[in-house]
Amino acid sequence: MEITHTQFKHCDVVKVTGRVDSSTAPLLSEALTKITEAGRYRVVVDMVGLDFISSAGLRALISTQKTCRRYNRGEIVLSGVPANIAATLDLAGFTPLFKIFADATSAVGNF
Amino acid sequence: MTTLTFSGRFDSLPMIADFVRMSAQEAGLSSFQIYAVETAVDEACANIIEHAYGGEGKGDIECSCTITKKGLTIILRDTGRPFNPKNIKNPDLNSSLEERSDHGLGLYFIRQWMDDVDFEFKPGSNTLTMSKFKEKQS
Repeated sequence: MEITHTQFKHCDVVKVTGRVDSSTAPLLSEALTKITEAGRYRVVVDMVGLDFISSAGLRALISTQKTCRRYNRGEIVLSGVPANIAATLDLAGFTPLFKIFADATSAVGNF
Repeated sequence: MTTLTFSGRFDSLPMIADFVRMSAQEAGLSSFQIYAVETAVDEACANIIEHAYGGEGKGDIECSCTITKKGLTIILRDTGRPFNPKNIKNPDLNSSLEERSDHGLGLYFIRQWMDDVDFEFKPGSNTLTMSKFKEKQS
């Protein structure tokens, strides 16, 4: 798994590639927590190039979504979601909980 | 049947995934089915490490892949604590964001995405046998 974090004026983009499982999910969680702890709650998780995500990765997303949505101060949105990952999100019942954009640019434009 | 033994650590998960993906390919499963199998095995192994062994480095995971006429059968064995699968409730997928539980998704994924799932608990040995069947040729 590789994480690239880019900070924009209105939001942060976190690009995750490779494999998010129980061994790497803590690193994703850490990267997302660092952003919310800096008082930034508008986050794009760009999944182009993400090969695999397990429930451990989904837990990192949902816990950050809870933090971001509190007091209506922001949210996590997803972009570039590959078909297999979309099926996992759907199976977990996550589709209603995250806005999904075709690519990072349109996700950033949403904020 | 090919059997490999992995150390019960989270960093074994990518290697287990490589082994299972290769077997699933050989068994003639479709690309999405291979992903579904990878997911089920990853969740099962993460549960073994976290719940059966109660942490990393406490025991091994033995993984066997058998290619059958119908598809692929995977057997996972550990020597950790047994559990009763009937006591694990399905997660409530319609609950609001605030009420979402952090756990229980793994077993749900396994049950949803594998065609056959069977747990067997004997003293000192837990066995999970799961199969994925090839899509019918149209």
